[in-house]
Amino acid sequence: MPSERELRQRARSIKNIQQVTRAMQLVAASKMRRAQAAVLASRPYEERLRTVLNDLAPFAEPDDHALLAHREVKNVLVILVTTDRGLVGPMNVNLLRAAVKFADERPAVSYVAVGRKGINGLRRLGARVVAEFAGLTDRPTTVDTNPIARIAQEEFLTERVDEVHVAFTRFVNTLRQVPTIRRVLPLVPEDEDLDALPPLQYLFEPDAVGVLEQVLPRLVELAVFQALLESKASQYSAQMVAMRSATDAARDIIADLTLAANKARQTRITKEMLEIASGAEALAKG
Amino acid sequence: MPLKLEIITPERTVYDEVVEEVIAPGSEGMLGILPHHAPLFTLLGSGELRIKRGGMEQAIAVFGGFMDVRADRVTVLTDAAENAEEIDDQRAQAAREAAQKALELAAGSANATEGARAKASLFRALVRIRVSERRRRPR
Repeated sequence: MPSERELRQRARSIKNIQQVTRAMQLVAASKMRRAQAAVLASRPYEERLRTVLNDLAPFAEPDDHALLAHREVKNVLVILVTTDRGLVGPMNVNLLRAAVKFADERPAVSYVAVGRKGINGLRRLGARVVAEFAGLTDRPTTVDTNPIARIAQEEFLTERVDEVHVAFTRFVNTLRQVPTIRRVLPLVPEDEDLDALPPLQYLFEPDAVGVLEQVLPRLVELAVFQALLESKASQYSAQMVAMRSATDAARDIIADLTLAANKARQTRITKEMLEIASGAEALAKG
Repeated sequence: MPLKLEIITPERTVYDEVVEEVIAPGSEGMLGILPHHAPLFTLLGSGELRIKRGGMEQAIAVFGGFMDVRADRVTVLTDAAENAEEIDDQRAQAAREAAQKALELAAGSANATEGARAKASLFRALVRIRVSERRRRPR
């Protein structure tokens, strides 16, 4: 049984930890708001660009552009988007596990690792890593993410890989982030929606192939950019939640320790009282 | 028939209103779009996109991308777009001077990439300056 003094000391140090986690929670919360706003603001562009691909599909054959080419899948590239730092709960572990499961079901898989956690995780697994990116800013722009997309395109166009997927943590809301793996290449129009069929008479400037040449690489860049934004929003949401539960846990521990310390004090006082009482009794008898 | 104009960049939605006419810098030249335009998909250059709405004319600087035109809506997907109000005139002027210097330097060397880059940034600065000047003398 620890002494009352020890208990009080422990409560004090937990209180210090609680102050740290509370500060980290507040920092994460403000970054979270910004990252969430960024990901929500960027979604319309991606959705529109996807519908553009659907609109163009009837005017383009898979042979028209190398990024549309379907090949027999022998080699697969996975762009794994993780965070640079920890303290984000099980987010990175869950994603890594999903990626490994995904890789097990496929032939040869190589990786582009984004974020230190992913880089270290893949090294431990001994996976084949083509490129590593770490230390991306909190507010990434397409300028930051395009080099990642470029490597993916190069790998695909030189036929070193036959498919490219991006694995990231999709942001649903503050409490929910889902490991997601999405195909980036080859580009495929989504299932035909009959209501959304493009008009038959469609003019292209300069021409359909010229438009494709501009649109397709942009789609790849955007898929990577979007994955990064989703990951950032998830990161700060997960961090905020993790730090909040740490703060809450610290509060509970402090309450338990304080109670134990008070009990110890009560026991000590009772014992002292007894000693005094029995001492007085002995004196009276004598 | 209304014409709905949306201007969207990867970072945000810049403009979303019903307008009367759009004049856009297409890759093959300026394009005037009125309601009931034939379906058209075009690449965009960098330049000023002019919007006519309620007897007023407004300019937005757009930098590359695409424009999807249907009878009742125009969707502009561009790499970057700036309202006249957002453009920092002095910064744009400074950027123009820097770009001109870079262009002169590049002209001396044989590096074609450098020259092209300087030319592109000079062009962007000129577009910004033109758009921001339009704000000060409305027609």
